[in-house]
Amino acid sequence: MFGEFEGLILHIGSFLVIAGIYAIINVGLNVHYGHTGLFNIGIAAFFALGAYTASILVMPPPNPDLYQRYEWGGNLAFTLGAERIGFDLWFPLVLIAAAAVCAAVAYLVGSITIRLRGDYLAITTLGLGEAVRLVFTNEGWLADGTRGLNGIPRVLDGLVDPHWYDFVFLPLVLIVLLIVYFVSQRLAGSPWGRVILAIRENEDTVEMVGKNAFQFKLQAFAYGAALMGIGGALYAFAKHSITPQAFEPFFATFIIWAMLILGGSGNHRGAILGAFVLWVVISSSQFLPGFLADPNLRLAVIGLIIVVVLLVRPAGIIPETRTRT
Amino acid sequence: MVNVGDRLSMIFNRNAIRDAVIAVVGERGLMVIERSALIAVGGLAIWALIWQLDLTVNGLLVGSVYALGAVGLSLVYGNLHLPNIAHGDYMTLGAFAALWVFTSVLPDAWSMNSVGPFTFSYTLFIALPIGVLFVAVFAVVVDQLVYRTMRRRGALPGVMALASLGVAIALRGFIQYIWGTEVEHFPRESKKFFIWTVDLFHLQDVVVRIPPDMIFVAIAAIVLTLATYLFLNMTKWGKAMRAAADNEDLARVTGIDVERTNLLTWVIGGGMAAAAGILFATGQGQLLTISGWKILIPLFAAVVAGGIGNPYGAFAGAIFVGVVGEVSTAWLDPSYKPAVFFAAIIVLLLVRPNGLFGQSRS
Repeated sequence: MFGEFEGLILHIGSFLVIAGIYAIINVGLNVHYGHTGLFNIGIAAFFALGAYTASILVMPPPNPDLYQRYEWGGNLAFTLGAERIGFDLWFPLVLIAAAAVCAAVAYLVGSITIRLRGDYLAITTLGLGEAVRLVFTNEGWLADGTRGLNGIPRVLDGLVDPHWYDFVFLPLVLIVLLIVYFVSQRLAGSPWGRVILAIRENEDTVEMVGKNAFQFKLQAFAYGAALMGIGGALYAFAKHSITPQAFEPFFATFIIWAMLILGGSGNHRGAILGAFVLWVVISSSQFLPGFLADPNLRLAVIGLIIVVVLLVRPAGIIPETRTRT
Repeated sequence: MVNVGDRLSMIFNRNAIRDAVIAVVGERGLMVIERSALIAVGGLAIWALIWQLDLTVNGLLVGSVYALGAVGLSLVYGNLHLPNIAHGDYMTLGAFAALWVFTSVLPDAWSMNSVGPFTFSYTLFIALPIGVLFVAVFAVVVDQLVYRTMRRRGALPGVMALASLGVAIALRGFIQYIWGTEVEHFPRESKKFFIWTVDLFHLQDVVVRIPPDMIFVAIAAIVLTLATYLFLNMTKWGKAMRAAADNEDLARVTGIDVERTNLLTWVIGGGMAAAAGILFATGQGQLLTISGWKILIPLFAAVVAGGIGNPYGAFAGAIFVGVVGEVSTAWLDPSYKPAVFFAAIIVLLLVRPNGLFGQSRS
């Protein structure tokens, strides 16, 4: 359609979709770390849970000819009446379900560990990230184990040539990103958000004025996890197939941390900008010549970005505007 | 209105359960219940340990490998208030430094006869100190470049931990960039396992198989932990380190150079990490860039079990975690081990948040 530029345009489309998804997850991480001060290094857990919840809810019944042996898939969707409302209406419900599952898991894990000292949460989430991936790797009946789920149905499919599908999906991702951004921004300015920010600054003072800091932290943890779940669900639709290996810590945790630190933790605009900027760097680095394209060097650069930004510009590209009251 | 989170946390709150039980059965009743529950759980555990003797022995040996890493991790955690996420990658760095010694400095090592029943030749005792020294220096350099600046700025422990995550990622990236992601191994000569057949009460024969290297690793773990203990308790610098960990300002007032004790902590922590990495790679017979990240979960489980900042507790915690992980494979798929460690962390935090041996802070 566009001649020689077709490859480039397609690349930009898929780039923007993934960057948008990372931006949504990054807003979730910003709620955790930037606003509440919760150190979550198990983003992969919620990323994976969201993606798998969405996929399981939309997959057709397993096809024995393709050696698919998961059990829930289509049966679940049909039991819940997916075909009656049509898939395109089912889609937002699936996103909400993914968010709900992540929020519930975060609530459970958080109610155990958030009360304890902050670093315990880091240790627990580190374990959670690995444990969730292990469950999806080992339990074939759940989502076909290491082979993963392939051919995940897509929303608004058939509207255009599958080749150009990213450009149908991109507006949806951006709409979800906008909704997530505005809701989170409003929440941050609300009384609830102000308590959250106060907890980050000084928890004892918050307790002293009669707020249950633990409750607020727990709610913030669940809310951030829900956003990560939505991002995960969109990721499953964008990629059309998921495997447990897609949720290894590098792409599902480390990159997102680097995005947040780079963009500026504590403000959602910074988080979104960081996601797009870093994804430009990472996805264009594969076109670099020679040794610069080495994926291991990319890993090193991600780590260095975190360290250097923390040292040189701890506030990130867009520093948080601190309001005085 | 009591909301769900409060109710959940009430369920998970020991004191609330305690009060409820006391209301029903009284103080004495609670004591009886606690005692009998402890005896039942303990008995069940001992039964499992004996019945799965082969796994228990394996667990003790694996636990001693974890101990090597956990002691250093706990020391840094306690003294610098930094849950060093890069600790696993320091281990990997130590192992690859030793590999560099074997390939570049001592190429003869690949054709040498091994020592006694072990798979390694005496060259390990050359590579080991070099690796230890290298990582100790590396840890100090990273501290000077990164953590010292952040300490001066008064950074929160969470931000420091984040920096250590960055260090971990960057370090692994560079290691993989230099050495690639293939499975490597040290020069080794295959040796027979020690095999014993144990008759359990004339009911069942259990075959205990021990790789000889693991015995060496276990002894090294005990020796190094003991050395740490003696250093921390018997020497002037060790006592200064403990004082600085306990109360930095007070230590400074009494004339202790806290920056220097911090460096010493990194020397010991980094050196122990390197020793752990090299001995782990020796015991496993292979060397992977990812294993430093994978071992982080059992290491943190061990540190939590031992009580954070308590190096000897970390040793015991590591043995505990190692045994739990191995014995669980009797019922669970071995690939679930990280999930078992995760569950162990959760249960420990619920039941004994200050470690298996820590007193509860009330």
